[in-house]
Amino acid sequence: MIDLPLVFAVLMGAAILAYVVLDGYDLGVGMLMPAASPGEQDVMVASIGPFWDANETWLVLGVGILLIAFPAAHGYILGALYLPVAAMLTGLMLRGVAFELRVKALGWHAELWNWLFWFGSFLASFAQGYMLGRYLTAFQPGLGYMFFSLLVGAALCGGYVLLGATWLILRTEGALQAKARAWTKWGLAWVALGVALVSLATPLASEIVRDKWFDFPRTLGLMVLPLATLAAWLWVWRSAGKSEWQPFAGAVAIFVLAFAGLAYSVFPYVVIGWLTIWQAASHPSALKVVLAGALLVLPFLVGYTVFAYRVFRGKAKAGLYGH
Amino acid sequence: MDAGDALLLARAQFGLNIAFHILFPSLSIALGWYLLYFRVKVALTANDPGWLATYRLWVKIFALTFAMGVVSGITMSFQFGTNWPGYMQKVGNIAGPLLGYEVLTAFFLEATFLGVMLFGMERVSTRVHIVSAAMVAIGTTLSAFWILALNSWMQTPAGQVMDGEALIAGDWLRVIFNPSFPYRFTHMLLASGLTASFLVAGLSAWRLLAAPQDAGALRTLRAGALVAALLAPVQVFVGDLHGLNTLEHQPAKIAAMEAIWQTRAGVPLVLFAVPNEATRRNDYAVEVPKMASLILRHDPNAEVQGLEHFAPDHPPVAPVFFAFRLMVGMGVLMLAFAWIGSWILRKRAPRWLLWAFAGMTFSGWIATLAGWLVTEIGRQPWLVTGILRTAAAAGRVPEAAIGASLAGYAFVYGAMLVAYVVVLTHLAREGAKP
Repeated sequence: MIDLPLVFAVLMGAAILAYVVLDGYDLGVGMLMPAASPGEQDVMVASIGPFWDANETWLVLGVGILLIAFPAAHGYILGALYLPVAAMLTGLMLRGVAFELRVKALGWHAELWNWLFWFGSFLASFAQGYMLGRYLTAFQPGLGYMFFSLLVGAALCGGYVLLGATWLILRTEGALQAKARAWTKWGLAWVALGVALVSLATPLASEIVRDKWFDFPRTLGLMVLPLATLAAWLWVWRSAGKSEWQPFAGAVAIFVLAFAGLAYSVFPYVVIGWLTIWQAASHPSALKVVLAGALLVLPFLVGYTVFAYRVFRGKAKAGLYGH
Repeated sequence: MDAGDALLLARAQFGLNIAFHILFPSLSIALGWYLLYFRVKVALTANDPGWLATYRLWVKIFALTFAMGVVSGITMSFQFGTNWPGYMQKVGNIAGPLLGYEVLTAFFLEATFLGVMLFGMERVSTRVHIVSAAMVAIGTTLSAFWILALNSWMQTPAGQVMDGEALIAGDWLRVIFNPSFPYRFTHMLLASGLTASFLVAGLSAWRLLAAPQDAGALRTLRAGALVAALLAPVQVFVGDLHGLNTLEHQPAKIAAMEAIWQTRAGVPLVLFAVPNEATRRNDYAVEVPKMASLILRHDPNAEVQGLEHFAPDHPPVAPVFFAFRLMVGMGVLMLAFAWIGSWILRKRAPRWLLWAFAGMTFSGWIATLAGWLVTEIGRQPWLVTGILRTAAAAGRVPEAAIGASLAGYAFVYGAMLVAYVVVLTHLAREGAKP
């Protein structure tokens, strides 16, 4: 008998990780907009144009699995995060619409949509980080926890900027690429600060997390994660000036490792200290039918996603809709 | 505040979101097929500049519409659990998988191939590009399939069994193909076809008012009007079948739609009235004798169950009654415009007709929203007919949080809607560019 809640926890984790990496780079590109010239902004937008719709779909899948597989946790978590969720959704809406309208508007409207695209990207990113902070501290009230969550919000913005900048190294050339290489180092500095602070603060903020990490001799084995993160960080730093694909690969590696660390902190809870994945799971009949569908559909999904990325490989050009 | 206020707020917020959201799928479902047609025309005419320009204009409108649908749809996935935790507890084992299948089979398909369709015309072969356009159209239609399967199941549940406190699916085929699904799904697809057709015709008419010589715009005006003229009578027929199906499975909804308070034979059709919930009768009624019995039972002397039979478990009468008349009235207007317009457009396109079509650009939205109000308010007090009451499903999010986010959403939605309409008319005025 397979452990269905565990399978769905893994699927949900994979969907959320895919979302964070994929929408992360396009949110990051959005946040970098004010640092570029108008001509460069068009190239930046073109570099994410074919992908952002599908990237955001991973969020729907992640939240969808939470809803389908762990409905009690969905209501509890999103109820506790009601306002930051509303802020994130507002940000995603603003940027999605601004993305379409900035190329179709004229005059001052174009400026307005550009600004909204930046603001929406920032608001969504910050709200996601804030939500992560609240989640990790089990939604406890208090100024300290609030401050911690704001910190995670800022750190995630830094992480997304890093993903966006390294994506631009991969997808652009010339002066913009040179700028992106400089942005990468800023992003790295921000991420280092953020990850270090979060890594130190999370065990302080949550007893359950502390017990999992500081349990000798297991702690020694767990040190692989921070060390590997450090190695990935150095890899991005060293390759940022010369390679095209290595910085992005390294940035993704940082996210995967950080995600693994968080997953280890939280598992087997879906709401820390209150609900485990087995307590929150739906009826097996519902899980089975969704799993069957997912196994059937996922190969196609991966297939046509790879196809789309292959169609748009190479450098992005300004000008939309194939002109 | 008491629980009633919280329930009202939760409903208002969810209703606002879902009403805003449905505007865009109701266009993009059928617009996807229009685009496929335009794209195939481009290929068949060996990249004729006129058709290419038409395709490029409408692909922009489609992309904008689709994006509005995506971003407002994401909101919904968050609110199922927060606003209606009782819903997920009781029927989550059925609703969850249906929503999951929508995400898995439709969302990724349409979003991914939309990228190829929008940006890939020069990067892939004509055949692959047409296939991408087809995948987008299939994706939007599949999405409608799953969401209407769920909605129909909530209206006319079938195939479920009780397992402890919650329901599980006993037979998935019966859950999906529940009694009202075939009618509701067809009704919605046709509604989308009509809504998109009037948009195509209306925006083309806008263009022709500014540039009477635009042959491409005249072509799309004719196409939109003709498709609407063909679909409208089918919609009348399907709507009638849907109504008979509702009479069989949700008679209280029909009684509210027709404002029939008492059970009796030879029920008159109420053309206009002000249903009075307090006195339980109609004020200022204008009636056609025996007509309701004729329409509903296809027999002028047949008995129809009135609201008294279902009291107190029937929906509020006035909103359902008026929304139904608004939907039917709009539908009749659309049918008349499409038929008369198509007839005249065979030979010429007079300015008054262009103004008329321009004025009807968003008529489908009004009919769709009115129809949605009929079916959703008409289901009250049930969220899932006979199984779960709306009041039992609401959550415990503080009213202040719902209120604040409701105000925020209302502001953002209002601004987005204005921007959408302004940009659409602006694009249409500019016209198609090769």
